Amino acid sequence: MTELLKVDGLATYFKTESGVVKAVDGISYHVREKEIVGLVGESGCGKSVSQLSIMQLISSPGEIVGGEVIFEGMDLLKYKANGPQMRSVRGAKIAMIFQEPMTSLNPVLTIGQQLTEMLDLHLHMNREMARERAIELLGIVGIPSGENRIDDYPHHFSGGMRQRVMIAMGLSCNPRMLIADEPTTALDVTTQAQLLELMKDMVDKFQASLVIVTHNLGVVARYAQRIYIMYAGRIVESGTTKDIFGDPLHPYTIGLLKCIPRLDEEEGRKLVPIEGLPPNLINMPSTCAFLPRCSYKTDRCYREPWPPLIHVHDEHYISCYVNTKEKISEPKTK
Amino acid sequence: MNQKQNDAILDIEDLKMYFPVTRGLLRHKVADVKAVDGVTLKLKTGETLGLVGESGCGKTTVGRCVLRLYQPTAGQILFQGEDISSYPEKRLRAIRSKIALIFQDPYSSLDPRQSAGNIVGEPLKIHQWVGSKAEYNERVEHLFSLVGLDPSMTDRFPHEFSGGQRQRIGVARALACDPSLIICDEPISALDVSIQAQIINLLEELQEGLQGLSYLFIAHDLSVVRHISDRVAVMYLGRVVEITKSRELYDNPLHPYTKALLSAIPIADPFVEESRERIILKGEVPSPLNPPPGCSFHPRCFMAIPECSQVVPPLREISDGHQVACIRV
Repeated sequence: MTELLKVDGLATYFKTESGVVKAVDGISYHVREKEIVGLVGESGCGKSVSQLSIMQLISSPGEIVGGEVIFEGMDLLKYKANGPQMRSVRGAKIAMIFQEPMTSLNPVLTIGQQLTEMLDLHLHMNREMARERAIELLGIVGIPSGENRIDDYPHHFSGGMRQRVMIAMGLSCNPRMLIADEPTTALDVTTQAQLLELMKDMVDKFQASLVIVTHNLGVVARYAQRIYIMYAGRIVESGTTKDIFGDPLHPYTIGLLKCIPRLDEEEGRKLVPIEGLPPNLINMPSTCAFLPRCSYKTDRCYREPWPPLIHVHDEHYISCYVNTKEKISEPKTK
Repeated sequence: MNQKQNDAILDIEDLKMYFPVTRGLLRHKVADVKAVDGVTLKLKTGETLGLVGESGCGKTTVGRCVLRLYQPTAGQILFQGEDISSYPEKRLRAIRSKIALIFQDPYSSLDPRQSAGNIVGEPLKIHQWVGSKAEYNERVEHLFSLVGLDPSMTDRFPHEFSGGQRQRIGVARALACDPSLIICDEPISALDVSIQAQIINLLEELQEGLQGLSYLFIAHDLSVVRHISDRVAVMYLGRVVEITKSRELYDNPLHPYTKALLSAIPIADPFVEESRERIILKGEVPSPLNPPPGCSFHPRCFMAIPECSQVVPPLREISDGHQVACIRV
């Protein structure tokens, strides 16, 4: 499969009064055609900022300070953020579904007005055609009797329904890639499952790629083909879903998997929390940001800078000096 | 009373909590929101009972009724053998030192203008739990170290703490007057993944350390609830649809809603996920203002038969400690 998106060394900094926040600090990844990729990390690790950077939706004091975003052979960062070229990509070729369905729809416009805006803007449809297409889209995402609901306002819809509208908006211009930023976090469990299935079916149907940004390891285990684990603005481990879950190598990934309760766990399993806190992204040291919380650290970690991604095998990369495999067998680990 | 104490610390019998919907200038009642509609639960001393369900199922309302923050419409709440459901306001204060609450949001549940020590110590003052200033300080410092906070931090203010530390303050406050029951209302859902485990472990360790501490653990995340609880009650639209030991819950769920809820939660393991059965429910939770007749789950149920819309299924004991409210089981 060919690469649809290739991000190389993307860096987004926020210049604040107390210092420079390196929210995204040189991440490289790629998304292939028709692939579902998971981007996993805790809050503040830069996963959302990285996706907003790709869409050039970073506002002051944030600034994209480096890197390339190659989409269909063109570097998106060469385009002006508000220029016509970027606008023809944003929403049309790369669409985004935001986290909060409650707040990301405009409360004073009808669902129809919001859905047809994109069709008018990108596909230059006339009113009747756009309206027809909008009704069709509502049907596709599972909102029954779209012709009656299209003139409703967002407050008439429940959270799950609003997120369906968001998905319909995302799909309206047949995008090549869909970025779902914590798409189901604010929703109930059964609604979550409905919407994730819907998104998966949609990318199958529209032959698009999907990037799921989430903190929920279960969601990516179920849906993603490949996973990137982010910590403090960088990617610390990447690989196929089976690599990440079957053979996690980075201490942070190992820690994450040990600290979440599992539905199918044995009775009496004790969770092993990752001690300490995620780092403050202002004035970070040049050494590995996970170092203070790491249970595998060696002297080398203190001496040398944060390592780049090292190739392990096939598609599995980690950013760590320590061979956690050897360490696991030692009794030193608690 | 002592006999009962050993048996059940909390015995909720057919609890109903209806909220009136009023309309017009005279605010006459037009309908009831049946937030809790006949819940019967029993919590043993030293046990953790999990209460799961989706938003609007009434799980928080049950917790608030137990604390008597609401006056229940009907039903009994026996706490240590005494029915507190009709206690007058005056007598409630004594109860509230015995039943504590841990809130969901560690950011909004701590007064930003009080020092952490004051927040933790306030219940001690209100319930006149300590005699002297020295005793008070000692108790506050003890509580701090109990929840894994440095006792020298009592003079700091909430904004100086991280989310996980704030939740520890919330736990310390709940523990202040040596409660026998703590109601944990979504205590970890506002925290980061790697911090959640710290709080779960803290709650587990406290229960091991303090004899006879019981938890009513309310949450929507079934994997967390299953991890911490001895028994789990699943709620749907104001009713309990299944109660079972947490081990049985995953191995042998009986109610179709429980099955759907379980299958909706992805397990962080692609090898397990491959072979899991997925039940995707249709539609959404109906409004409790106008619940469907009969079993309130039947419009979404994949096992429903016509009879389901006619009878409200009672909770039946299927096997030892496993109760289900479904006529198809």
